[in-house]
Amino acid sequence: MSTGWYLAVSAIVFAIGAAGVATRRNPLLILVCLELMLNAGNLAIVAFARQHGTTEGHVFALVVMVVAAAEVVVGLGIVVAMYRNRVPVDVDELRELHG
Amino acid sequence: MDEILFFVAGIAAVVAAAGTVFLRNPFYAVLSLVVHLLSLSLLFLLLYAPFVAVVQVMVYVGAVMVLYVFVNAYVGGGTEPQGGGAPTLRAFSYAIGLTLIATIGIAILGSGLQVIDGSGPENVRASFGSPSEIGELLLTKFLLPFEAASFLLLVAAIGAVVLARRRRGALPGEERMVAALDLLAPTGTGSMREGVGAINPTPGGFSSRITPSQGPSSPPGEHDGGGDDDGDAR
Repeated sequence: MSTGWYLAVSAIVFAIGAAGVATRRNPLLILVCLELMLNAGNLAIVAFARQHGTTEGHVFALVVMVVAAAEVVVGLGIVVAMYRNRVPVDVDELRELHG
Repeated sequence: MDEILFFVAGIAAVVAAAGTVFLRNPFYAVLSLVVHLLSLSLLFLLLYAPFVAVVQVMVYVGAVMVLYVFVNAYVGGGTEPQGGGAPTLRAFSYAIGLTLIATIGIAILGSGLQVIDGSGPENVRASFGSPSEIGELLLTKFLLPFEAASFLLLVAAIGAVVLARRRRGALPGEERMVAALDLLAPTGTGSMREGVGAINPTPGGFSSRITPSQGPSSPPGEHDGGGDDDGDAR
């Protein structure tokens, strides 16, 4: 398969993730949709690594995975803190920054 | 064979991605993300990236998904209230997504790059994407990003513990434990719960305490005015 096909799949998944980030109201699901966008970027990186025949792209993809994992951990920590503090777990309700 | 596998995995990835966005039950959305990640790892295998595919399955499907499912069960969010907000805003958001597809599609397909039509070198060398080569790169050429990534993971782990830790503030219906340090601490510096005004409300602050009968994911209308002192924990 040519690289263009992989890029097309990556673009579609990225756009779906972006629409999800814009529409979802649960912060947990916003994180899930961010995950979609990061994975779409990963797919493009690996497709270009195959294109060039070098392994450097794979290292880059692994670093992106590390960043995604860190982001998920901190984001879910915030969700748990919101739940513990009896703050509504809904981004529409969180209009102000306090504390 | 390549083409069949690509189309199966690609269509599964796109459909599962759409599922995470459109399914209303958060649990089903997370499970749909699992399907998406598995089909994506199949795509990685087709791109001769076995190590990345295995790491994808282990890190995402193994670890990150457990986190998601666990937090989902802990928070216990039911189906999220949809359509309650502004419908025009939702339509606008989907329009943004469609515009993004069109823009990136034009950028990729209209770029006229010859290389995109090809699939790279025909015969991939055996060491391409192997763990040994990736490990060598990580410890020689990309040593600094490698160390930075490990440091980032450390910071994230500590940050998550600090964020989600049980704080001094008592939950409703619990005895508040008084420590000696409480006498020394100025008002409003203790816990995040205190910070959002549930324990020591600051005048004019935003109070987001919910009555215990309602869940935290209950529809709006639970705010009991701004900043009146609900001194349940004093």
